[in-house]
Amino acid sequence: MAIDRRDTSRYKTFTRRAIILGGAQAGAFLVLGARMYYLQISKSDEYRMLSEENRINVRLIAPLRGRIVDRYGTVLASNRQNYRAVMISEQTPDVQETLNRLARIVEITADEQKKILRDVARAPRFIPVTVTENLTWEQFAQININEPDLPGLQPDVGETRYYPFSTQLAHMVGYVTPVYQRDIDKSPDEPLLRLPGFRVGKSGLEQTYDTVLRGQAGASHVEVNAYGRVIRELSKDNGKPGAEVVLTIDMEVQKYACERLEGESASAVVMDIHSGEVIACVSTPAFDPNQFNTGYGVAAYKALIDNPYLPLTNKSQAGLYPPGSTFKMITSIAALRKGINPRETVHCNGKYALGNHLFHCWKKGGHGSVNMHEAIKHSCDIYFYEMAKRTGIDEIAKAASEFGLGQTYDFEVPGEKPGIVPTREWKRAATGESWQQGETLISGIGQGFLLTSPLQLCVMMSRIANGGMAVKPRLTRAIGGELVPMPPAPMIDVDPAFLKVVQDGMNGVSNEPGGTAFRSRITEAGFELAGKTGSAQVRRISMAERDGGVRKNEALAWRLRDHALFVCFAPVDKPQYALSVVIEHGGSGSGAAAPVARDIMLKVLKRNLVREQASLHPTDLPSHEGHSHAPHSTVEQG
Amino acid sequence: MFDLTRFTGHDMKIGEKLTEFNWGLLFLITLVSCIGFAMLYSVADGSFSPWAMRQMIRFAAGVVIMIGVALIDIRLWMRAAYPMYVVALMLVAAVDIVGFKGMGAQRWLDLGFIQLQPSEVMKVALLLALARYFHGLALDEVSRIRNLIVPLLLVVVPVGLVVKQPDLGTAILLTISGGTIFFAAGLAWRYFIIGGLAVLGAIPVIWDRLHDYQRNRVFTFLDPERDPLGAGYHILQSKIALGSGGLFGKGFMAGSQAHLNFLPEKQTDFIFTMLGEELGFVGGLFLLTLYCLTLIVAFNTALQCRNQFGRLLAIGVAVSFFFYVFINTAMVMGLLPVVGVPLPLVSYGGTAMLSLMFAFGLLQSCHIHRNLEIGRN
Repeated sequence: MAIDRRDTSRYKTFTRRAIILGGAQAGAFLVLGARMYYLQISKSDEYRMLSEENRINVRLIAPLRGRIVDRYGTVLASNRQNYRAVMISEQTPDVQETLNRLARIVEITADEQKKILRDVARAPRFIPVTVTENLTWEQFAQININEPDLPGLQPDVGETRYYPFSTQLAHMVGYVTPVYQRDIDKSPDEPLLRLPGFRVGKSGLEQTYDTVLRGQAGASHVEVNAYGRVIRELSKDNGKPGAEVVLTIDMEVQKYACERLEGESASAVVMDIHSGEVIACVSTPAFDPNQFNTGYGVAAYKALIDNPYLPLTNKSQAGLYPPGSTFKMITSIAALRKGINPRETVHCNGKYALGNHLFHCWKKGGHGSVNMHEAIKHSCDIYFYEMAKRTGIDEIAKAASEFGLGQTYDFEVPGEKPGIVPTREWKRAATGESWQQGETLISGIGQGFLLTSPLQLCVMMSRIANGGMAVKPRLTRAIGGELVPMPPAPMIDVDPAFLKVVQDGMNGVSNEPGGTAFRSRITEAGFELAGKTGSAQVRRISMAERDGGVRKNEALAWRLRDHALFVCFAPVDKPQYALSVVIEHGGSGSGAAAPVARDIMLKVLKRNLVREQASLHPTDLPSHEGHSHAPHSTVEQG
Repeated sequence: MFDLTRFTGHDMKIGEKLTEFNWGLLFLITLVSCIGFAMLYSVADGSFSPWAMRQMIRFAAGVVIMIGVALIDIRLWMRAAYPMYVVALMLVAAVDIVGFKGMGAQRWLDLGFIQLQPSEVMKVALLLALARYFHGLALDEVSRIRNLIVPLLLVVVPVGLVVKQPDLGTAILLTISGGTIFFAAGLAWRYFIIGGLAVLGAIPVIWDRLHDYQRNRVFTFLDPERDPLGAGYHILQSKIALGSGGLFGKGFMAGSQAHLNFLPEKQTDFIFTMLGEELGFVGGLFLLTLYCLTLIVAFNTALQCRNQFGRLLAIGVAVSFFFYVFINTAMVMGLLPVVGVPLPLVSYGGTAMLSLMFAFGLLQSCHIHRNLEIGRN
């Protein structure tokens, strides 16, 4: 059979075009191959990296915040388990119904419920959302028991900062708060700040040592799928928990001082005079640092702000008071340096005239003739007017500064205030007026422009009692197991004999009949203290009032009463501790401050026996005894 | 010369037909399908359900259909071409009326026992109808305009219906299949030039009528990094998967992109990506080579055919097959915009597999009856 002629032509055309199609296809396959080569060989590394980034998700693990403990290991700030309940919305058919059932166990307000529903709606369905926290054990147990009836709800245990002593050390230890945007702005490279539920130190040592206490973030490398669900954990690094901070505080003393000052707006500081270690540092009233964890309630916070006793202020270092008669030691030292013989007497008839101004002694009628010892003992104002006049403000201010007033010490707790030690230059700069001699006189008795903090008064007391060593207050013994180094304190250029005169005068105040604090002395042998009372006037007494008799403090409104001050050191024969007490508007130093100081000091000295035993104990931290003994002997030599 | 008369008769024995059956082609198809089974097994994290087992059953059914179709005389297929086309056209039109929406597009027709995708049926029917039509035209008649009206309508009507569904991928494939037959039948070059220009001119019009998601696909294709989490996500993740596979791949069932669901539609349109990720450049190239061999066999059949109907049908099936492979792979490699075209024999999908096996059955029938000469009338 012959093939159709036309079909031959169709066949030829077909073959030609089939070859064209085949060739085009071959070309297309070459393009595909080339593209595959480009993606899978040339650019392979790049895509491999992208693939890993896809697959692996780094999840931060919050490190456990370091504890803060006192010198004996008593826990002052730790982490407490926070019982809470979280909702995983994919595990419940009805979020609302689960919440309704939960509301039978835990109270959930309408606002809270709205917030929970919003959070749940926002989060991916498999991400747990915190529904309620800080549950009591009973509530937590009930949730656990009722878990089958609460689909989607899971009991969970988190960590919360916990301050077991609440208000008693609030100003020192400080508190932590949730992270705010400004914290992130400050350190944008710290990923931990972005962790939900993370807390940062906002006050006190929590703030100062925030980064130390915080530790280092751990990380969990997890494989996630495209929806972010974790498939498995590839590796885990738990991070480094925060360092433990050991304080110099003795919580027993701290607690006692707090109890002793309760109800007052007051402050007390106890220091080791050789090392500067702060044994107790009280400011009352205080706030509860635990409450800052979750955010202080509005009403509770308003109550803090409105309280006239200023619970938020750390009075021990930010409360400034005229030192009053507690400043007379400084005037004495300045006078002795000026060459005044301590045995020289000044006659006190209750009045002192300078030009046409009349200055008064606190004791109407006067003390008669007094030498320096007697002047300190009786706190005679006339004697110190005379000494101040002879010595001059420049010398007085120099001594005040050398003994620690009018300055800050880089103390670990933020918020120190320097106070004021007035000088001619200072007054000119501050008021534009020149210095008046009358101002020298009232400065000599600790009034006028002078402003000091209880911490400064305690430092002053330490430097007088330790023979002129310029110790600074310190609050931390060790951080993360390492002792905080203590640089040797410089000696103040002062004749130890001068300090001895002042110390003897203070001994007179407390231990000689007629001394202003004799009634508040320590009678137990070996524990005697030497102190100095102070009553800082906060109002001007008019001539008319003076003529009619100065009103008793009790007759005045609280705000107008004198501040009661007392500084002391003990034991008197072998000084070891200094203490300052300031009771705002407490009336008089001898009446209000001295008895409190006596009790606190006695507690300190009794605890000292424990401290000595503890420092001998081999398991205890290396003590600072080596540092503290050398200057001690200096005092004995003087 | 061998005895032609032996094949010109209409009574080839079953045994003879089975001898002439191209077993090599079946072997290639089976090999490609097995790669598909393996990938579906991997997609399901090492399980035959839900995809691999069903795909294997369909493939088995497909082989039966293929052999059945192959054994039917080619002249019967010629006679059935137009009626089949009419039925297919009605099915496609029916989808517009009673079809339900799947993946945002009306494509499926529920026949009770099987969810039929009429556009798949149309792909085969169109090839048959066009091959039948051009079989009847002498070479010098092909390029006459009045002879082009009917075949153009044959293409345009179903394409229009499919576009309305909307199923852009199928519409393109139908157009290409139709064009291939026009081309192979010997239509003068000038028509293709005019047609090309017409398409260029129609682009603005088509653009106006595109759905937003279709336009987004084009934008995304032009710049995949434009919106890496949105429209560009699929193609970006696909490239990452392929690229991270490297030379030898991450290993069977070890593709992180695919198993962690970064890869979309991995059991259907993006299955080649998964293969590239798990078996690497080598694996991908192996599959492409198998496709090439399949095409060579198909072209060989077309070239050996002594009847125009068989030639056109064979080359139509071959080129359609090629475009499936090309559009799908080029898409997952980021060379073409995302269009819903599955990878033939490998992607999971019942109708596609069955219609493809049907088409290969027709190709086999062309092969078996390649020496049969059929008059133009």
